[in-house]
Amino acid sequence: MTEALIIKYSATLENLSEISSKVLSAAADRGLNKKQLNDLELSLEEAIVNICNYASEGRDGKLEVIVDTDKDGRIVVQVIDNGIAFDPLSIPDPDLTVDIADRPIGGLGIFLIRNLMDDVKYRRENNKNILELIITPEA
Amino acid sequence: MQVTIQPENNVAVASVEGRLDAVSAPELESKLSASIDEGQTSMILDLTNLDYISSAGLRVILSTTKKLKKAQGKLVLCNLQQAVMQIFEISGFCSILTITDDKEAAFSKI
Repeated sequence: MTEALIIKYSATLENLSEISSKVLSAAADRGLNKKQLNDLELSLEEAIVNICNYASEGRDGKLEVIVDTDKDGRIVVQVIDNGIAFDPLSIPDPDLTVDIADRPIGGLGIFLIRNLMDDVKYRRENNKNILELIITPEA
Repeated sequence: MQVTIQPENNVAVASVEGRLDAVSAPELESKLSASIDEGQTSMILDLTNLDYISSAGLRVILSTTKKLKKAQGKLVLCNLQQAVMQIFEISGFCSILTITDDKEAAFSKI
């Protein structure tokens, strides 16, 4: 059984590329196909960008990312930050029917994560936000 | 991410290549903004070589579209790769933006 990947970085956009590269490599090893890797890459970016922008609030935010496979064979990417309590899943979906002039600029990141991943979970534990991106490998 | 803007028949054609993510989106925003400040009101974004787009990129495209609309102008997108088109579809952007298959069709929509 492959060991879990556990990586720690400061929550800054400069680290996004490196974090992404390591997570995708571990996910590829665990059987995600190209499309799933693309979806994971995008979801991971959205999650990390939100943390860098909001949860950290300008302080020294810290990020931990863990890639592992659960007992049902699903790949679970945990994105853990030490910022203020922030449940991204509590944000409502953007209204897709609204006219361009009225469409607000934000709100898309979480929506994309929810649509691209098989499942997404959030919990607050030990003063940390834990967001789980879950995806079942397909052939 | 690389963006090159060339005038073609009074239209600013911006070729956006590579990856449009939270890190590179600000650069695209500022280049398109500069073009609008110079008086450009008709723009085509040619996304032939754009491999990846995240919500940061979508936001820049949306805000540029709104700016141009306010100036009685227009933005048309063309040559979207399949993976990029999928993101536009999921986010509902296909129904609020003008997207064509190729550049010729884009010119006809300006």
